[in-house]
Amino acid sequence: MTERPPGRVTAAVEGIGERVYGMVQELGAVSTLLFRVVAGAVRRPFEFGNIIKQMEEVGVRSIPVVLVTATFTGMVLALQSFSGFERFGATSLVGTVVALSITRELGPVFAGLMVSGRVGASMAAELGTMKVTEQIDALVTLATDPVKYLVVPRVIAATFVLPVLVVFADFVGILGGYFVAVHVMGANPHVYVAKTYQYLEFRDIYTGLVKAAVFGSLISLISCHQGFVARGGAEGVGRATTRAVVTSSMMVLVSDYFMTSLMF
Amino acid sequence: MIEIRGLAKRFGKKVVLDGLDLAVPRGENMVVIGGSGTGKSVLLKCVMGLLRPDEGEIRIDGEDITRMDEEELVRVRRKFGMLFQGSALFDSMDVGENVGFALRRLRKFPEERIREVVEEKLSMVGLREIQRLMPAELSGGMKKRVGLARAIASEPDILLYDEPTTGLDPIMADVINDLIVSLRERLGVTSITITHDMASAYKIADRIAMLYKGRIVETGSPDEIRSTANPVVAQFVQGRARGPITDESEEFVRFVRGRAEGGKGA
Ligand SMILES: Nc1ncnc2c1ncn2[C@@H]1O[C@H](COP(=O)(O)OP(=O)(O)OP(=O)(O)O)[C@@H](O)[C@H]1O
Ligand SMILES: [Mg+2]
Repeated sequence: MTERPPGRVTAAVEGIGERVYGMVQELGAVSTLLFRVVAGAVRRPFEFGNIIKQMEEVGVRSIPVVLVTATFTGMVLALQSFSGFERFGATSLVGTVVALSITRELGPVFAGLMVSGRVGASMAAELGTMKVTEQIDALVTLATDPVKYLVVPRVIAATFVLPVLVVFADFVGILGGYFVAVHVMGANPHVYVAKTYQYLEFRDIYTGLVKAAVFGSLISLISCHQGFVARGGAEGVGRATTRAVVTSSMMVLVSDYFMTSLMF
Repeated sequence: MIEIRGLAKRFGKKVVLDGLDLAVPRGENMVVIGGSGTGKSVLLKCVMGLLRPDEGEIRIDGEDITRMDEEELVRVRRKFGMLFQGSALFDSMDVGENVGFALRRLRKFPEERIREVVEEKLSMVGLREIQRLMPAELSGGMKKRVGLARAIASEPDILLYDEPTTGLDPIMADVINDLIVSLRERLGVTSITITHDMASAYKIADRIAMLYKGRIVETGSPDEIRSTANPVVAQFVQGRARGPITDESEEFVRFVRGRAEGGKGA
């Protein structure tokens, strides 16, 4: 039997099929990695030194970007909602809108996206380079599980540090909103603060922090996975880095939707 | 003791190892020679359990590692030390941390003692007072020797050397040869060494095996290999451009002949 060249439709369907298959496979690989991380985290030695180092890398070094984005997000939010709400005389609610949007959504999501870019890229590049230069193989020959030594500290650090970053982000975001509303748009400061407190519940804040923790694990797992499967020299490391950033940013937004629909 | 039977490894459609058999008795050094890209490094990685073979078995002291799960492999790998072809030093750590890595992970000795051991191993490969240097500050040959010091640091029973003397000057190459021989004689290390350097092969080998087209085509003592009747092995050990190995590749032969004739014409 001779093979016919596939028609255009068949080819397109096949293309989509392959993509979906690839995504499912990757999901499987990342879940496997998660299991290995959990198993590795509870075994001795506990890698405290490495965890501290990664916390510094993920947390301390991300503070500037996260603070700047959060401040401006709060500011633009105040600007937009103030001019919008003016139309129906509801400017007193600007404080509420800013506080709820920042704590529930924008704080965690923007911090997640920023960390995807900064930390996801550096994790994938570092582990990818180690992979293509056989340093990961070398770890194995030196009685060390690379998942335990490299991935566990990164995942633990990202999972615990991202919520802390979001606490800062929430704070400066609300402050930025206050500054614009009161000092630029001329809102009444007492009303603004009162409305901020009146409707903000503790739940709004901690759900945001739970989201942040999930983003932290997703970003670090996806990026470490991309590093581990990198191959083919500098170009391969570049590809792994790009894929880490794109995939983890996407997963931040996708998981955010599902978490929101479950939580509220 | 290492016994390999029917080992096969493919990457996609490319068959690299194709039913390879090799046995290394305890306390012997087996040198594996063979052309570039014939799968020598792949062979070592299979023995170390870094690559899973498609077929065949690899017995280390009687235990088949191809059937082991990761956990069991971790236990067996403690018997091994490996020098990588590209050294594979951890570039985020200095030389001292590289060499002492396994000792610190396994908490074999107190920190004081580890530092002494690291210094001792480094001096065995002809390097002193470079513990604070980073791998990026070393030459290729120095990296190789640090890689060797790291491989022997925890005094494994089995050592796998991937081109230990490549990139070293002749004197340093001989220092490394002596080191490999003395590790075997003093500590009874079992080892597989890959090399292109025939002088080194003759010096350090108990037996030499030639890898060609995915199989071991001949094994013998250094003397037997030197005076082999096998044309493939003879071409390789004598380093001739013409012979059965290069005849395989028509284009390559034409290129070599073309150059030889062009050379005569000029
Ligand atoms: N991880 C891998 N993925 C795909 N192909 C590989 C991989 N590792 C090795 N190969 C292929 O296997 C073949 C053998 O490679 P190997 O590195 O074992 O050669 P070698 O005998 O060590 O050569 P050299 O003497 O140049 O070091 C090569 O053709 C290489 O392309
Ligand atoms: Mg090789």
